[in-house]
This record gives sequence, C-alpha cells and structure tokens, in this order.
Amino acid sequence: MSEAVSEVVSEPAIATASASSGDATATHAIPRTRFDALPLLLVAVLALAAWPLVGSSSTWLTLTAAGLAMGMIVFIAASGLTLVFGLMDVLNFGHSLFIALGAYVTASVFAALATWTSMPSIALNLGAIGVAVLASMALAGAVGLGFERVIVRPVYGQHLKQILVTLGGAIVGEELIKAVWGPQQIALPPPEALRGSVLIGEVVVDKLRLVSVAIGVVVLVALVWTLNRTKIGLLIRAGVQDREMVESLGYRIRRLFVGVFAAGSALAGLGGSLWGMNQQIVVPQIGAQVNVLIFIVIIMGGLGSTVGCLVGALLVGLMTNYVGFLAPKLTMFSSIGLMVAVLLWRPRGLYPVTSR
Amino acid sequence: MLRRLLSHDLPRSRVLTVVLIGIVLGLALTPFIFPGTRALNVAAKVIVFIVLAASFDLLLGYTGIVSFAHTMFFGIGAYGIAIAATRLGPTWPALAIGTAAALATSLVLSLLIGLFSLRVRAIFFAMITLAVASAFLTFASQLSDVTGGEDGLTFQLPEALRSGTQYAAEPFLGASIDGRLLTYYLVFIAALVLVLALLRIVNSPFGRVLQAIRENDFRAEAIGYRIVVYRTIASVASALFATLAGVLLALWLRYNGPETTLSFEIMLDVLLIVVIGGMGTVYGAVVGSALLVLAQNYLQDVMKLGAGAFENVPLLSRIVSPERWLFWLGLLFVLSVYWFPNGVVGRLRQRAAAWRAAVADRASVKAR
Repeated sequence: MSEAVSEVVSEPAIATASASSGDATATHAIPRTRFDALPLLLVAVLALAAWPLVGSSSTWLTLTAAGLAMGMIVFIAASGLTLVFGLMDVLNFGHSLFIALGAYVTASVFAALATWTSMPSIALNLGAIGVAVLASMALAGAVGLGFERVIVRPVYGQHLKQILVTLGGAIVGEELIKAVWGPQQIALPPPEALRGSVLIGEVVVDKLRLVSVAIGVVVLVALVWTLNRTKIGLLIRAGVQDREMVESLGYRIRRLFVGVFAAGSALAGLGGSLWGMNQQIVVPQIGAQVNVLIFIVIIMGGLGSTVGCLVGALLVGLMTNYVGFLAPKLTMFSSIGLMVAVLLWRPRGLYPVTSR
Repeated sequence: MLRRLLSHDLPRSRVLTVVLIGIVLGLALTPFIFPGTRALNVAAKVIVFIVLAASFDLLLGYTGIVSFAHTMFFGIGAYGIAIAATRLGPTWPALAIGTAAALATSLVLSLLIGLFSLRVRAIFFAMITLAVASAFLTFASQLSDVTGGEDGLTFQLPEALRSGTQYAAEPFLGASIDGRLLTYYLVFIAALVLVLALLRIVNSPFGRVLQAIRENDFRAEAIGYRIVVYRTIASVASALFATLAGVLLALWLRYNGPETTLSFEIMLDVLLIVVIGGMGTVYGAVVGSALLVLAQNYLQDVMKLGAGAFENVPLLSRIVSPERWLFWLGLLFVLSVYWFPNGVVGRLRQRAAAWRAAVADRASVKAR
C-alpha cells in the first residue's frame, strides 16, 4: 500500500533521460520512479532489534502492536502538518491546538452520549465513537479555516513571523479551550463494550486500540487514495514538488492550500480524538505533548513527504513503546536520539522532497 | 566613557533614554524607594529577565533564529547552583563549581544542538529545540534524586549572603543593610555587566555578520562567511548568557524547580518580552522585561477586579479571570507581531529619527 504513496522523489530527470534514450517501448510509458524501501526496512530492523532486549516474545508482540497503533495515530495527526509545510512552506506551530480541540470535543461528545457509551452494546459504542470522531474533525477543520485566514495568511513567506504568530495563536486557542472546558483534566473512559483487551494468540491487544487502528487504516487508505488517484491529490503532490509551476499552469494554489490546511486541521482533530481515547484522559497540555512527537516525526520523515511521515511515525511509535518498557525515563530522549541518527544518515529526512 | 560602555550603541531616542535611565535607576534604588519584600522580589525578577531576554535577543533579534530551548539553559544555570549548594554545602567554592559545571553543560549541549540542527537546516532549529527542551523538562522532573523532581530544591547561600547577616546596626532609608541586600546588588551588578557585554557582542564585527545572516543568509554565505559557524557561535553564546541568568535567579530565590526555570510559560514570557520590547535591540529586553514582569505582578490584581465585574457574563468572566492571564499575553503577542514588529524600542527610534529628519529639513530651509 505504501508503494502507492510513492512520490516522485528520486532523480526524475535521469529517469526521463534513460527512458528517452532507451528502447522504443519505454518512450511512451511514463517512467516509474523506484520506491526507496530502505526506510521501511529500518522499521523492521528496529522492531527486531528490540526483540532480544525486551526478552519475552509475547511482551514484545504486545509492545509492537501498541507501537504500531501509536504510530498510526501520530501519523494521522502529523500528515496535515507535513503537507501544509510541503505545499506552502508554512511552518505551523499552532497544530497542537487542533489536536487538543479534537480530544476535548471527544470528551464532550462522550459525556453527551453517556447513554450510548455506558451500554454494553458494540454498535452503540462504535456509534458514539463515530459521532465523536466526526464532530472533532468538523470542529477542528472549521477552526483550522479560521486559523488560516486570521493567523497564517498575513505572514506568508516569513518563517520567523510564522513561527511566532502561529505559536501565539495556539496559546490563545488553548487558553480559550481552558476557559470553555476548564483547566482541570477530564477523564475519558472508554465505552463499556470496548474496555479491556483481547488475546490474539499470545498477544494482548487493547480493544480500543484495535478500533483506533481500524479508523487509522481507513483514514490512511482515504488519504493515499486522494493523493494518488484524484485530480486534487495530483495537484497537491505537484504543488509540493514545485509550487510556482502549478501556479503558472493556471491552478489557484492558494485555494488548494486553504483546503489542505483545513483538511490537515481536521486530521489533527481526529488524531487528538484518538489519542485522548487511548490515554483515557484529556489534559490541556495534550496538544503540546503530541506536538513534540509530531515535530520529530516530520523532520525525520523529510518535511513535506507523506510516506516519510508514515515511516517516521511508525518508528517513533515503536521506539516510544520499547523504551517506555525498558527505561521509562529515557522515552523522550530516545525519540530525539532516533531522529538524530536518522538525520546523520540522511540529512534531509528519510524521503527528502526534491525542491526543498 | 559612557559611549564606550554602551559600545557606541546609544538609545537614539530621547524618550527611550529617559525610560532606560528611569528603569536602571529604579532598579538600583528599589530597596530604598520601595520598601517591602514584594517590591524587591519583583525588581530582582526584572533584572534576571533582562539578562535572559537580552541573551535571547542575540538569537532571535540579531541572528534571526527561533530557539525554544532557551529556558533549558536558564534552568541548567539555576540547577547548577541549586545542586552544588545542596550537595557541597553553602560555600563560595560550591557556587563557583556549580556555575562552572552549568556553563560547561550548556556549552556542550548548545554546541551539539547547534551544530546538528543548524547544519541540516536553520528552520529545523525551532522544532528540534522544542523537542529537546520538552524532553529535558520531563527528564529534570523525573530525576528526583538529583533535581528534587517536581518539588525542586531549596538551599542555603554562603553566610555573607544570608538575610540573618547584618552589616549595619541601623536600617538605612528604611532598608536593613543585610546579606539579602548584598545579594540584590550582586545580582544587579552582575546583570549590568552581562547586558553591557551583550551590547559589546552585538555591536562587534561578529554582531554585524549575524545581522547580515538575519537579513539574507544566502548573500552572507556568498560574501564568504560560514553561516553555520556564525549561527552556532551565536546560539552557544546566547545559551551561556542564559545559563548565567539562571545562576542569578537561583542566587536570588535560593530555590529552583522545573516550574520556576524550565516551564514553557517562561519561554513564552521571554518571547513576549523580546517581541514587545523590540527585536534586534538589546534595550528592548530592558524595556520589555520591566513592562512584562510589572504587568504580571500587578495587573493580575486588576484582572481579579475585572473578573468580579463580569461575574454574570458566562464565558467572559472566565476569560477575564487571572488564571487566563496567558490568553491576554498570547493575544498581545500576536497583535504585536502583526502591527508592532519593531516593538517599543523600534517605534521610539523611528519617531525620533522622523523628528530629527524634520528638524534637519527645517534647518536646511532656513539656511537657504
């Protein structure tokens, strides 16, 4: 599946040259770029390297499953940010706001649908989760639209001001969240039928995690499909490669960007919603907590690259879970260490975007 | 003499000169004009924040890079003193060792972060420093054997700096001449020296290169300056000054914990001080710190009144409440980045320059 996400990353010019000078059959086929599988291999290497360290196989499998689930959620939350950067060179430090918003909306929806969540019926519980997820995405997307208009638009092309202003906007937003929902933490107990975990073979997997992974896979497929099989996706990928060229072909990249920003915010809301459900508690700092992971992930993946973002998120998810089990105090530093190692290997990230 | 002390970087605005002299004199005479511990505490906080913000300005205002790890170095300085004083006892050598160890730690850390992230890409710096700083905050709160965890460390200073040590039998102008007063002036003079040193740095040829990099890094590289080296040196220097600010804070508070030095709120305060005061002018840090710390300490009382007035309006009363102080800071921050990018100092200088131009105009008309 991840092959389908393949961005035109590696030497397109060379590929075209060899195609035109090569045999006649190759001339009318669009040259396919080779997919770089090494980073994916890195995920497997990391997982295998942790096996002997963790010791017991069933624990290792449980941790791996949890790590992949976490990576999925982080990827959902981070995908918008990396596209926003890739498309418009906008460094959005306010992304954490949408994550927090998603988590809080979920808490409110769960409280409002208490009759649904307290029933031991899977259908009603999933219904409540569905409503919560959709409400989070809708609100986060709407706020994202406003955020783009008020905060981001006046400072296009000025990185320093972007960092400062989006950060300020996030602070104001988070304080508003505290004013509306209160500064104290809110418990977010999972719905009745989704509590506890199931045993798959020897592996203990949280039921709620299964649900969030399922949602994550649906979103991932939708995202990959949109990016690779639709006109809009084509424009987005082209815009990431070369914004000016897309503009000069007559497309309004601004409008496209606003859409991507809103969609990215909605995805961040979804990520926050899932994150909150899995943590079973919502605190005002939730956005900032996830935001740090997201920054690590998108730098590691290569700013602007969607595949890189996915691989980076999986790496960070696995790393966090293994180290959290082996040496809990070093959890945060391990992710940073991983990023440092990756950047030493590939200074521009796992999947560098050519024009940047 | 004064020109040399200020490294020929004069305020260049009459109003600004008056304000600066007012702040410096006010801080120097606080123990005698405003009696009471609260005023003295506020003044000491202003002094420490002037150093902290001025050192951040070297990075943000002069080099044009955003770091979120500035409070980390601030915290390292404060923890250096706190840990040394608790482990080695309240002696002068212990304080010296603590300061030296903190400076060394900051040097190594900032060098690593700088070389690593600035070499890759300058805009990574903001994100990487944010990640490192938050990891450091968690680490410091979890390492409770050394840092005292969330509770922090309370410690004693050497005999000469304790409030029990009296130097004069009679209070002078309402202030008792004791070790506490000595500590205050120690902090004051150290801060003065540090700020003057920062002025010296930003007005040296090195500082000029930094400004060139801020304006156009590509061109600066083309002229032949290794921008990675310059940016890294700037970030290391700024980290060292922040460490010293942390040392001063720990000396004054005789306490350090994650909330006092490492928290993200302090980082925001510093950002706000530099932006409101005026980026790329060391004087901005002075004006901004005085404004922000005073507002923080006295405006919250006003906000309490405001919250009382809006008690019946549902959401508004909660926004006006003193706990939502950060909301107003954030709003002010965004607005000042938009409409006030040069800050107070920049605005005052612009006005003064316009006024001087007008005067010169009139003079030339008369001459004709």
